[in-house]
Amino acid sequence: MSAHTHKPAQTELGTKPRPHIGKRGLHGFLRVREASILVVAILLIIYFESTNVNFLTDANLQTLSQFISPWVVIACGEIMLLICGEIDLSAGMVFALAPFIMYFAHDAGLPLIIAFILAIIGCGAIGFFNGFVSVKLRVPSFVVTLGTMFLINGFTLTISRGFPVDTPNDGIFSFLMGGGYAEITWAVILVLFMHGMLRNTRWGLHTIAVGGNLLGSAESGINVTKIKIGNFVITGALAGLAGILEASRIGSTDPLAGGSNMMFMAVAAAVIGGTSLMGGSGTIIGGLFGGLMLGVLQDGFTINGINAFTFDMIIGAAILIAMVFNIHFARLRNMGKLK
Amino acid sequence: MSQSQYVQSSAVPPQVAGGQEALRARDIVKRFGAVTALNGVSLRLQKGEMLGILGDNGAGKSTLIKILTGFQAPTSGQLTINGEDVALKSVDHARELGIECVYQDLALVPGLSIYHNMFLNREPLRAGPFRLLDNAQMKRRAAEALEDIGVNIPDVNEEVARLSGGQRQAVAIARAVYSKAKILLLDEPLAAMGARESGLILDLIDRLKKRADLSLIMIAHNYAQTLEVADRIMMFQHGEVTFERASAETSVPELLDVVRQNYKVVRGGA
Ligand SMILES: Nc1ncnc2c1ncn2[C@@H]1O[C@H](COP(=O)(O)OP(=O)(O)O)[C@@H](O)[C@H]1O
Ligand SMILES: [Mg+2]
Repeated sequence: MSAHTHKPAQTELGTKPRPHIGKRGLHGFLRVREASILVVAILLIIYFESTNVNFLTDANLQTLSQFISPWVVIACGEIMLLICGEIDLSAGMVFALAPFIMYFAHDAGLPLIIAFILAIIGCGAIGFFNGFVSVKLRVPSFVVTLGTMFLINGFTLTISRGFPVDTPNDGIFSFLMGGGYAEITWAVILVLFMHGMLRNTRWGLHTIAVGGNLLGSAESGINVTKIKIGNFVITGALAGLAGILEASRIGSTDPLAGGSNMMFMAVAAAVIGGTSLMGGSGTIIGGLFGGLMLGVLQDGFTINGINAFTFDMIIGAAILIAMVFNIHFARLRNMGKLK
Repeated sequence: MSQSQYVQSSAVPPQVAGGQEALRARDIVKRFGAVTALNGVSLRLQKGEMLGILGDNGAGKSTLIKILTGFQAPTSGQLTINGEDVALKSVDHARELGIECVYQDLALVPGLSIYHNMFLNREPLRAGPFRLLDNAQMKRRAAEALEDIGVNIPDVNEEVARLSGGQRQAVAIARAVYSKAKILLLDEPLAAMGARESGLILDLIDRLKKRADLSLIMIAHNYAQTLEVADRIMMFQHGEVTFERASAETSVPELLDVVRQNYKVVRGGA
């Protein structure tokens, strides 16, 4: 065919639509994906309720919400990071450190609310450090945050001398932070806020862009350094908030709280919910549903007396299935891209 | 040296001589550590003119483009845009001056819709305190922009990942042209494209050329195609301009001869 002959006003670039996978491509698929995880969680709830009358009781729902909340709050940050192609392994240790910062600041005579704000700022600063070293000094974030994970854990154990302290409290603060359903309320509000931010703001769009095409985003003038470091700051601050929420509810600030297990559960919730570890796509609501599913499993097994080893096997399988799903989906997409 | 003989004969094509200058670059040098990507490149672009740049891989063509878009700062050298000396601070700064670019890699995000890609980093926001994206406006204007340059893509909600090479190129060009571009830089817009699709993109470029207010620089590999579409040709080799002439005054055999001669010079000198 000879190139460069004059054509009528409309070129034909659009005449051959590519095969569709979902009605709305990736977003449509993610919506289906989010819904399917929610359905799985609801089926599990029905199953556990049918095998144990104590499942849908107020006391157990509180327990369940307390499992889920910290994972989901941390997952909100991890999802932003995963979307822009990074990860924070230190979040579980920041979780443990935050209430100690609050404790010591309060102990030094500051009002509790100021001590709280200081702790969140401190955790944000740790996030900034993680981001700065990852992005500016170009050390992969997996390695940077592996380092800070150990570093922060050692630091928390040192300043606490390894012993728990009583979480400072006053009436209103403790009610807002530590009441029965306070954590899950915070978690759901944060999920809605972050979901809106991801879908409807420039920050969210640029986070997806940076993860989907780093060089192209920079060529478009997006400040990729700011986006990435900003999401590390968000993750640090959210991990700190989750830690303070838990310490306020329990009334005790434990240097052994959180930890890498907490962080991995948050990442697992993100991945099961439909966030790709390869960057460029993800969903906050999916993270909430992923956390719900994991929480229902853990709680259901606990009250049914099934041991923790079985739970671990189930989560492992769930993560594998979710990842195979993600990658298989990416392959389908690439097939659609071919001629 | 044989190459200087060509460069000295450089001429502004008669049809645009005396026109206003849109862009001038003087003695642009760009080094990446030990690599010298550009070794003193100068060029002029008249208003309404189309300059074609040819040259091997690694000659420094994309580096020049990235300097003109403010994406990279030159090691030394001076840019003059619309008669004013400027040091471009950022991509946004260059855009404010009317410089738009279709990068070699297109700078599209595969997982985002066409309309989000069209407005990447200049998204309109809804009124109100929350600074929310105005998706409805983006959809409408993206469809308009595509229609404006005569590209028929049925659905702007489509993900870029699912578009063909030519469709992606068209989206990237529409994005660059739609925003008040005065100087449009096209880095290998025909690469990795079949004959049919590159014909369609050439048609599109032809139509853009007819806009008197738009000046273009196009990097390409195909000598014949470039001679046909560009007003003036520049040849880049090893970070230097080795040849420059009005398209009407040169030919494919002459261009091939320049390349051959230059290789002799390089080999002889080494
Ligand atoms: N960011 C960079 N860092 C290091 N070297 C680079 C960079 N960009 C380009 N180069 C080098 O500069 C030279 C010119 O590259 P480029 O401008 O891309 O050439 P062209 O577009 O003509 O093929 C090449 O040797 C390339 O390896
Ligand atoms: Mg190039």
